[in-house]
Amino acid sequence: MDAVSLKSVSKHYGDKPAVAGVDLEVAPGEFVALLGPSGCGKTTLLRLLAGFETPDTGSISIGAREVARARTMTVPPEQRGVGMVFQSHALWPHMTVGENVEYALKIRKIPTTERREMVDRALGIVGLVERRDSPPDQLSGGQRQRVALARCLAMEPSVVLMDEPLASLDAHLRESLQAEFHRLHRQLGATIVYVTHDQSEAMALADKVAVLDHGRLQQVAPPRALYAEPATAMVADFVGRGMVVPLDAPVPGRAGSVSAQLWGEPIHLRSSRGGTSSQACLRPEGLSLGASGIAAKVDRAVFEGAGTILHCRVDRAPDTLLRVFHRAAPPAEGSPVTIAISDGWLLPAAA
Amino acid sequence: MTDGAVPKASAVRVTAPRISGDHTLAGIAAALVILLCLLPMLRLLMEALLPGADGSLPLESLNSRSVFRAGTNTLVSSFASTVISTLLGGGLALLIGLTDIRGKSLLTLLCLLPLLIPSQITALAWIKMLDVGSPARVAIDFLFGTEANHPLYGGGGVSFVMGLEHAPLMFLAIAAACRALPCDLIEAARAAGAGHRRVLFTIILPLLKPALLAGGALAFVSAIGNFGVPALLGIPGRFSVLTTLIYQRLNGFGPSVLGETAALGLILAVIAGIGLLWQRWVIRRAPALRTGGPTGPILPLGRGRLLIEFTTGLLLLLLTVVPLAALVGAALVPALGVPLTWETATLENFTYVLTQYQPTQRAFLNSTLLSTGAAVVTALLGLVLAYYGELRRWRWMRALDAMADAPYAVPGIVLAIAEILVFLKPLPMVGVSLYGTAWILLVAYVARFLTLALRPLAAAVKQMDPTLEEAARLAGATGPRRLVNIVAPAVRASLMSGALLVFLTAFNELTVSALLWSRGHETLGVMVFSLQSEGAAGAASAVASITVIVTLAVAAIATLFARRLPKGTLPWMP
Repeated sequence: MDAVSLKSVSKHYGDKPAVAGVDLEVAPGEFVALLGPSGCGKTTLLRLLAGFETPDTGSISIGAREVARARTMTVPPEQRGVGMVFQSHALWPHMTVGENVEYALKIRKIPTTERREMVDRALGIVGLVERRDSPPDQLSGGQRQRVALARCLAMEPSVVLMDEPLASLDAHLRESLQAEFHRLHRQLGATIVYVTHDQSEAMALADKVAVLDHGRLQQVAPPRALYAEPATAMVADFVGRGMVVPLDAPVPGRAGSVSAQLWGEPIHLRSSRGGTSSQACLRPEGLSLGASGIAAKVDRAVFEGAGTILHCRVDRAPDTLLRVFHRAAPPAEGSPVTIAISDGWLLPAAA
Repeated sequence: MTDGAVPKASAVRVTAPRISGDHTLAGIAAALVILLCLLPMLRLLMEALLPGADGSLPLESLNSRSVFRAGTNTLVSSFASTVISTLLGGGLALLIGLTDIRGKSLLTLLCLLPLLIPSQITALAWIKMLDVGSPARVAIDFLFGTEANHPLYGGGGVSFVMGLEHAPLMFLAIAAACRALPCDLIEAARAAGAGHRRVLFTIILPLLKPALLAGGALAFVSAIGNFGVPALLGIPGRFSVLTTLIYQRLNGFGPSVLGETAALGLILAVIAGIGLLWQRWVIRRAPALRTGGPTGPILPLGRGRLLIEFTTGLLLLLLTVVPLAALVGAALVPALGVPLTWETATLENFTYVLTQYQPTQRAFLNSTLLSTGAAVVTALLGLVLAYYGELRRWRWMRALDAMADAPYAVPGIVLAIAEILVFLKPLPMVGVSLYGTAWILLVAYVARFLTLALRPLAAAVKQMDPTLEEAARLAGATGPRRLVNIVAPAVRASLMSGALLVFLTAFNELTVSALLWSRGHETLGVMVFSLQSEGAAGAASAVASITVIVTLAVAAIATLFARRLPKGTLPWMP
């Protein structure tokens, strides 16, 4: 049984689709990131799960219970038993840290002594027991987000929803809280659905990443697969800024491989079974300068520490810039080079 | 919402087929608004437009000389008072808002003091200041020859005192516009070679025109509906306006003339409605000023500054503080015309109204209870309306907002007629009529002042971080519980100051109460008016003085609460 399951869920605002026909399953204990550019529908999807929005089509289940079915019924958020960590922390300013954590337990009429223990345990997990009686506005941004997390964990939710919880923090704090989220997920085995627009955050944290664009689910895959085998041009571009190039005459070869022509040069690509599109995703580290290959001129060399990214303008397609990862000293800007392709991925049939 | 999607709580159907606490609470609030605000307005329309029992149309009965005269008087005195409000309030706002005059906060406080003093008390204070034997009266008699009548009785006095009373409305409009004026527009004009005077007339005043027109419209509408000033100055001067005509007709002939007065009230409401629509139209049409850079330019007064400061301070003291001092003075002398000295001063009037004369004792109790009741009910009702309308965004609750505005937008006397029309007949099921009880006063106060409590609450709820409430929702709290535990604490400053504002306004209320009070259910406003018209001048002054002291004290408390509020929540704190 899945912890969360969405079946052909859609949501429109006026005639603008925010979420369109999304099917998604999350296994118990899984950490799923909803990734996409702003306006892609990821927050709407999260709010559909929480119950703040109702679907126009489809149905949503949490655990064994169906919580929403379009035009038939919906369980209001207060009865869903899901926890949420908001970007704004959403700590109640008129309650102390402890009272914030305690609130949901009070509503469930849990006896006082037991409640106290649960509050201390939740605050202990995030290392803030000694701040129990502080008002939230005396805490730092990172501490506040930890309290929000403790508040969410204390109610022992069936699913934890996180809406860009790190977006309002600075880079350093973000990293340490990422590590903490990761540890907590391993330790508690909670099911987490995590919304972010930051692909590196999604890749670092999630077991599975669901990429959304214009309300449609583009691909659901573990981070490595997402990077190596993007399902659509959008995913290829959005995750790790892959280069999407047009192919001529792709011919399937052995299983999982395909031969094709790229600007007149023969190349070999990885492919899924039956992939027959005419687009490939290339990565800078799959390209190198070689004796033969695609003729281009160096447009710009961008030093990136471990190496240099050469932006090369293809002679036969002057609008296309190929980015090549290069370890040695870069050639002068404007000098002609030839680019060899050692690794690439044939996109499955274009969406 | 990072996705830019419109946050919208969709209608939620609950699995179990029971009525939720949300629906019960919102339903009660909606029923109250419809019953107290919408129903009386509709009933008034029906009464004014449909044929009466004898088949005649109420509007036809208005074709009489007295109605015509009162209508003309209303328009003329309102127009004249608007001119006075504009010159006085607008001039002071320009002086305080745009120049380097010193003591701005004190001057502003004096300019806005009339907002806290109700019309009937302002009128009474001016009567006392110019009463026979007062230094001011001696001066006037010396200059213009002795007159038997009080110089303020009549159209001139009505226009003058209404002009003073409504000058703060103009002051607030112009002062706000001055603060929003971008400095660079003035600097650009100066760079183009324009001097201060030229900048004022060619740049600043044209930019302030919308505020001037909008403030003028508000002052005019307030004058149209004013009852306290014409009641105290117009009735003894045989200067009748529509509000006093309605009062005198209903007082003289009783409920039999309800149809006719409803028609009169409708005319009053239509004039006021036109004024308010015009005001909104002016504001909407105003060119949008780009904000961003510094605003609120300051023009130097130059060498005349000290003289101007002195004159302004003196003028404001004369117009606001001296009349109130005269009022207290009149309460301290044993009889009209006795000069106030250490020997003549006595607290007799105060002990009389507080401990001996039962109607005033009752009035203090009634006004306190009624204002407290109105404050509590409007604050709670406003909180529920703001929560479901602004935070939960239930569409039908938002529709109630406009209904809650109506009883405050129409002149108070019109609301009073409407409430009589609805509550004169015994209530269905209970079989008891509210008319003639204190309850009709409470009902009318709640209807009239609901919007005063609702506006700041709606603004505060709208500004509140919606995720605070969503987080409580996920914690399992029901709608009403979230309202109590999360929303109310988050907006408590607005809640308190809104309630105090309602208390202050209701405590000083006269217009609505004048038609709805009954023996045993007197209010302070009514007592000031009736004591003065019965000739008990000392007692009237004593009641008025105590009212002013209580009002100022409560206003001071409200100001303390307002420290953490957005500016402009309290009218006297722009």
